Amino acid sequence: MKGNRMKAVHAATLAVAIGGGCAPVARHAADPALESQFKQLLQHDFHARGSAGMDRLEQDPVQRTCTETRDRPQGAQQETLLKEQFALIRWPADGQFLGNWRAGEKLAQDGRGMTWADRPGGPVGGSCYGCHQIAPVEIAFGTIGPSLLHLGRDRGAAPDMQRYVYGHIYNAKAYNVCSYMPRFGVSGALSEQQIKDLVALLLDPDSPVNRP
Amino acid sequence: MDAGFSVLRAAAAMLLATVFGPIAADEGAGQPDRTSAAIARYRQMLDEGNPAELDELRGEQLWKTAAGPAQATLERCDLGRGPGVVQGAYAQLPRLFADTGRVQDLESRLVTCITTLQAIPESDVVAKPFSTDAARSDIEALVAYVVGQSRGATMNVPLRDAKEKEAYALGERLFFYRAGPYDFSCASCHSEDGRRIRLQELPNLTTKAGAQRAYTVWPAYRVSQGLFRSFQWRLNDCFRQQRFPQPVYASDATIALTMFIAANANGAVYNGPGIKR
Repeated sequence: MKGNRMKAVHAATLAVAIGGGCAPVARHAADPALESQFKQLLQHDFHARGSAGMDRLEQDPVQRTCTETRDRPQGAQQETLLKEQFALIRWPADGQFLGNWRAGEKLAQDGRGMTWADRPGGPVGGSCYGCHQIAPVEIAFGTIGPSLLHLGRDRGAAPDMQRYVYGHIYNAKAYNVCSYMPRFGVSGALSEQQIKDLVALLLDPDSPVNRP
Repeated sequence: MDAGFSVLRAAAAMLLATVFGPIAADEGAGQPDRTSAAIARYRQMLDEGNPAELDELRGEQLWKTAAGPAQATLERCDLGRGPGVVQGAYAQLPRLFADTGRVQDLESRLVTCITTLQAIPESDVVAKPFSTDAARSDIEALVAYVVGQSRGATMNVPLRDAKEKEAYALGERLFFYRAGPYDFSCASCHSEDGRRIRLQELPNLTTKAGAQRAYTVWPAYRVSQGLFRSFQWRLNDCFRQQRFPQPVYASDATIALTMFIAANANGAVYNGPGIKR
């Protein structure tokens, strides 16, 4: 199912890319000879293992554009991709965004999933603390992403904010095309309920993230 | 020997508790400078005795002991400075080798030497290149020995031949290649200064200073795993966390990536094997 969804994404975005005419010349596009050699290198020198199939080395338009521009896409190219990515977000049918912050904290701690060493179909965590400061008790947090401590206290937890956080976890590339953050909903890594639980961790007034 | 490793690991755990305990209890989060200082203190304590020395000794023995169908030692192995010259060789790798026509890193070159000099089939040599708790890798011990003989040497990776330049360009391409379910490239974690995953500091491999700091202390003894780890292991485990398919051991792709990082570190004094948390 995950694979199918990724393939659907590929097809949808690819169609737009082809229909959209020529992309601007990328600053870091390699010369064609090197490029064909590079493709061969990827094919020869990696092998599928566990859930990590060779199809993972194929780039979708976001990955390709961000690679070629070193994460600095141009104006129109960027606007198109942002729109395409936003359209991929599946919003909760019940209109609710807040799940259970306790479940969210467990997910935020969990860095498992989707590597070749993980059991295919096994549990996948959010890996959130890998990159973000979140609840104050956890001092082993990474700093690749911004601190999310007191997010709900500082920015409020109104429905618009809940929707924004849900969308951001579902598809960070809908807000910043070349964000370092994975597209947890698009890739199928996290379910709707799991994303709701993470929204609760960040915004629920009772969550340790927001308690005084 | 294994009992010794267990003691080391227990000691490391106690050190961690000593160093991090008070910070966790007294100050909580929001003190990244204090946390970094504590990590630096912990590293300094580790530096005072590096168990990689045991691997260096085992590697030296393997280097000098006749083995394989040819019953030969590796003492005629050419690591780029001529047959049998180990001193300073690692600081000039990867490089182009005339006999194979390939740009090779240390580990692929060791594979070449073991297969040609000792006549051990390549499939055997590369079957289990990374140590586990159950079985230590011979090739990793050889790595420990060879890199130890470059301690104090200045990094001087050649980018003269077209193939060496090509390897660098391909390595750079791979470094910035975003793919997989999480959209990661090497650059996602290694292109900004001062970033961490959890408490692990991440070198910025796109700057000279960052590449120099990182490359000159790898390969390394990994305290949390109680094992010596080669540079091929380092790349392999990064690709695992990138959610990529697995790179083939000592393949041209891994050598190209090594070339990109190693050449960026040129001019620095090599100081491995290192020791890591």
